[in-house]
Amino acid sequence: MAKNWPLARRKKALQQRARILQEIRRFFIEKGYLEVETPHRILTPAPESHIDAIPSGPWFLHTSPELCMKRMMAAGYEKIFQICRCWREGERGSQHLPEFTLLEWYRAGADYLSLMEECEEIIRSVAMAIGLDQKIIFRGREIDLCHPWERISVKETFHRYSQTSMTEALERNLFDEIMVQDIEPRLGIKKPTLIYDYPAERGALARLKHEDPSVAERFELYIGGLELANGFSELVDSEEQRKRFHLENEHRQSIGKRIYSMPDKFLAELDSMPSSAGIALGVDRLVMVFLNAETIDEVVTFTPEEI
Amino acid sequence: MYTASDLRKGLKVIIDDEPYIVTAFEFSKPGKGQALYRTKLRNMITGLTIDRTFREGDTFEPASLEERAMQFLYQEGDHYHFMDNETYEQIIISEESLGDAKNFLIENFNVEVLLFRDRAIGVELPNFVNLRIIKTETWVRGDTSKADFKPATLETGYVLRVPPFIEEGELITIDTRTGEFSKRVKE
Repeated sequence: MAKNWPLARRKKALQQRARILQEIRRFFIEKGYLEVETPHRILTPAPESHIDAIPSGPWFLHTSPELCMKRMMAAGYEKIFQICRCWREGERGSQHLPEFTLLEWYRAGADYLSLMEECEEIIRSVAMAIGLDQKIIFRGREIDLCHPWERISVKETFHRYSQTSMTEALERNLFDEIMVQDIEPRLGIKKPTLIYDYPAERGALARLKHEDPSVAERFELYIGGLELANGFSELVDSEEQRKRFHLENEHRQSIGKRIYSMPDKFLAELDSMPSSAGIALGVDRLVMVFLNAETIDEVVTFTPEEI
Repeated sequence: MYTASDLRKGLKVIIDDEPYIVTAFEFSKPGKGQALYRTKLRNMITGLTIDRTFREGDTFEPASLEERAMQFLYQEGDHYHFMDNETYEQIIISEESLGDAKNFLIENFNVEVLLFRDRAIGVELPNFVNLRIIKTETWVRGDTSKADFKPATLETGYVLRVPPFIEEGELITIDTRTGEFSKRVKE
């Protein structure tokens, strides 16, 4: 009787989504990556200032598979990828779902620069495989996926698109506001943009840059103003990592958020992890870009409001 | 008290001591950064719209507006006089505060007056009102060369577009939310 029309209308988008997932898997398998599955329900999430986990009994639903995948790296798995559901409390908007799909991969011996290359490679390769042109249309703009993509340091994006410098933005606690209002809408307009070298305090699990320890070796990918991926050279020093988690927890406490217990098993094994880099890419958003969808709602089976 | 995560379209909140209604809302979160709530807010007194971005911890007092049934009495320059149906007390609302509602007010018309801290800031009209046309051109039957609509002046002075078969002196229904012709009233 009551046919679910919004869901019926999404059939084509969901068929495309399935193809994209298959092509992502094909890409990694061909490059010799091992597909892994780590638990969704975990003892404690990584303490980070602005990422809140949804409790599940006395445990939590993971906000990303980061800690478990790094434990695998530490145990000798050198090239791994995972496509999984993740949960983040309170995140709902036209580009956010509290339950979403993440693609995360790690490679031993890599750093953030080589991951930027691989990130370009996979997106271009999947786009071709599903029959898209080098030039895609997203949010009313033509975006050229051909190599090389635009690369700008975070500091330079402030210089270029804002009246306020990055240093001043940090001092005045306006970094996020300027990023959202003035910078993000201008990123990835003609070509995808990779912005890199984030302020050290914005990369709780990233390695600091040797030549300039005020920044972390972290990057983000934007297409048509939409943030798609976050990657970095991994911090593999457990002592330093523990200090950073404590700082993140202190910050959480100061803004009235619950603090998380230390992920002790992760920390105990971290020193065995080889020098590597890892990246998380929002699969729902990648589907949005490929399908020229306006909202994340258009590319999933059910939104939380439709359950 | 509301927090930023309660923000959504249609929510009425107090900002800088004045009542605002949220007209647009977007959740943003730059990578590893804090949650930001970007809004467009319309000042319910002046009608002006502002852009504001809020953070997760921000809190707001709800703007509680009182509604009181009143009758529109008469207009004097840009002052509109109303009378409280219960207390017979008379109040004045400025043309500016009335906004588009002034286009649909005729004497003795019953409306809900919105009060913010005892100050009248506007009126709530029914979605549909019936008003008479006092001026419009006569349609020549069979003439299909003209457009589908013609201008017509209501008894309030408001001009809108009506289908060509509507004649001077007729009563029509108007959708007050859009200000457009809805249907002819059979008398």
